[in-house]
Amino acid sequence: MAQTAAGAIDDKLLKKRLDKALFRNRSRAFFLVVPLLLFLLVAFVGPIVYFLTRAFIDDTFSSLMPETTAILADWDSTTEPTEEMYAVLVADMVVARENKTIGKVATRVNRDKPGTRSLFTSTARKAAKLEAPFKESLIGVKKKWGDIEVWQAMKTASAKYTLGYYAAALDLKKNSDGSFERQDEKRRIHITLLTRTLKISFLVTIFCLALGYPIAYLLATLPAKTSNLLLILVLLPFWTSILVRTTAWIAMLQSQGVVNDLLVYFGITNDDSRFSLIYNQLGTLIAMTHILLPFMVLPLYSVMKGIPPSYVRAAKSLGATNWTAFWRVYAPQTVPGIGAGAILVFIVAIGYYITPALVGGQDGTMISNTIDDHMRKSLNWNLAAALGGVLMVVVMTLYWIYDRVVGIDNMKLG
Amino acid sequence: MSENPLVRFKNVQKSYDGKTLVVKDLNLDVERGEFLTMLGPSGSGKTTCLMMLAGFEPATHGEIYLDSQPINNVPPHKRGIGMVFQNYALFPHMTVAENLAFPLEVRKMSASESQDRVKRAMDMVQLGGFGNRRPSQLSGGQQQRVAVARALVFDPDLVLMDEPLGALDKNLREQMQYEIKHIHENLGVTVVYVTHDQSEALTMSNRIAVFNDGVIQQLAPPDALYERPENAFVAQFIGENNKLRGTVTELEGDYCVVKTKTGAAVYARAVNVGRIGDESTLSLRPERVLIDPDPSTVQNLFEARVLELIYLGDHIRTRIELLGRDDFIVKVPNSANHALMREGDVVTVGWLQEDCRALDA
Repeated sequence: MAQTAAGAIDDKLLKKRLDKALFRNRSRAFFLVVPLLLFLLVAFVGPIVYFLTRAFIDDTFSSLMPETTAILADWDSTTEPTEEMYAVLVADMVVARENKTIGKVATRVNRDKPGTRSLFTSTARKAAKLEAPFKESLIGVKKKWGDIEVWQAMKTASAKYTLGYYAAALDLKKNSDGSFERQDEKRRIHITLLTRTLKISFLVTIFCLALGYPIAYLLATLPAKTSNLLLILVLLPFWTSILVRTTAWIAMLQSQGVVNDLLVYFGITNDDSRFSLIYNQLGTLIAMTHILLPFMVLPLYSVMKGIPPSYVRAAKSLGATNWTAFWRVYAPQTVPGIGAGAILVFIVAIGYYITPALVGGQDGTMISNTIDDHMRKSLNWNLAAALGGVLMVVVMTLYWIYDRVVGIDNMKLG
Repeated sequence: MSENPLVRFKNVQKSYDGKTLVVKDLNLDVERGEFLTMLGPSGSGKTTCLMMLAGFEPATHGEIYLDSQPINNVPPHKRGIGMVFQNYALFPHMTVAENLAFPLEVRKMSASESQDRVKRAMDMVQLGGFGNRRPSQLSGGQQQRVAVARALVFDPDLVLMDEPLGALDKNLREQMQYEIKHIHENLGVTVVYVTHDQSEALTMSNRIAVFNDGVIQQLAPPDALYERPENAFVAQFIGENNKLRGTVTELEGDYCVVKTKTGAAVYARAVNVGRIGDESTLSLRPERVLIDPDPSTVQNLFEARVLELIYLGDHIRTRIELLGRDDFIVKVPNSANHALMREGDVVTVGWLQEDCRALDA
């Protein structure tokens, strides 16, 4: 008993000494990575977290129209708006007009009730001259101010925390009673876009596998000298800008491009019925497959390189034909490489932006292009953030499924 | 040599680069039921011979016969030869039982018979009950046994083994040597075994083919190989050996006299010498050198200086300076009344003419 106690004390002491001895090394290692860590926090993690919160937090209306927001909070959305509410609205509009922020307010409300943008901008111009009773005078300026739906839209817009953007990203709309229902069929664009994005990514992955597997096999079985040369050829596209490669595909595939010219020359098609190989989904598929091919070849190659030729030889010596030896013995051992390559290509493809933007046309663009659109053109950053969040959740889910089915441990990058 | 060997190499040559021959004009018969070992240093062509026999490398010239049928154009999977690889080559994604069933499955054997055979094969290598394990869950020795069982499960007439014990530690290797030897004896299967480990070859084989430089230097049973090496390479490669170089000055029948550079005349058995005046290498096993022998019993008697004594229990390894060489080794048995020596002592050493073999230069 006494001995055990003594042993325990010694253990603690030993642990303490060990920690002390390791502390220097640990702190050294920590200080070495501090600059990078700070850079990542400021330039990568911070913006992403901030941006993802934008999908839930929207203080445009509440910060620019504070009084209206306060009074709308007490309103039950069904009773007729009171004279007091109209008075506060006019007061806020006057301030917003002076601060030149009325446009933002108008845009924000317009998202919840389309067609109300000009209602705000034109009324605001006259707001300073309006006199009580404000209810009558506002309705006098625009009849629409009597419409309760405009007030409901304002109440929705005034909420600082909202699920509305995620709902919009999933083609749902929020009813005035707070429940969600599916968007009108004509306006369901995001789900269509998401399925198209998944479909294109899936097809690109399949094409990369079909084209990359034989190349990787060849590279892994050739003598080192030849295979190194070929590996450089595989890597060569990595050293060329994606923009250049995509533009090269435009030159190749456009209707007056090299491929169509050749097809016409060989009489496969005639001059007035050239194939449209680009500015559609086909163009996106071709260009993305080409660009992402190395991501498939490299993991496959490194896995295949690690399979000794003696396995296939053993299978043959045991009586298996070339075909059986390949399918029963070789191919199963390349599964980790297939898994790694496929998940790499798929994840890069699902967020791909520049190639679909350049060659995608109408039906070949992907969700990232729409996100970009909301970032730069419609300036609806909240919806962009929500779409980004949806995309992230989809990728995480697929990753999780992959882990359950194949196992991340089975993935081998080299 | 019987008229109908199981394997016959006839004038077989092999070149990988079209310039140098890795195997030069190989002629070799492997008899039925024999355990034949190809022994040699790396790059001597022994593994290439095995690969040609298995069908993984084509012969550049010559013909290989299996059961009197030429097999140069028969693909490996139709040769019906079992093979054990250096790294075992057990399929990692299959269980032990699946590995063993693989050759039966590709032969379209019925499930019940296949199960039967797999069970018997596992019992043979004392691995009954391991059928559901993956190869990675087995120790090196167990993997080795599975590899042997897999090569035998489809009852091939011939099994090739390519340095199968190379990855095992010393004790396990010795144990496996006996196990493989016993399996060979019990099944009567023909084994062609490749190794660079001479003690392995000596332990297991019926006959050993010593390879060097693409040529079989000597093909003989283990005892003959050790006691009657036919050339300097074999003498040096098999077991420990003392070398003395000199010129043949007398040659009469089976015996000759070789004069070393120091001018001493050594009486030796002429095994592989041309004529008087030729250079020759004398080969002398360390355990055949006697310290302070009775002068009337030995033909060779010289003075030597003791340089180093290493105590090894059953014998004392003694390095002496003799006839101008300072790497001459004598094994002095640790018997009741062996000579006591100290470093620096000058002693008389001697050996029988019979034990000293005059070989090629």
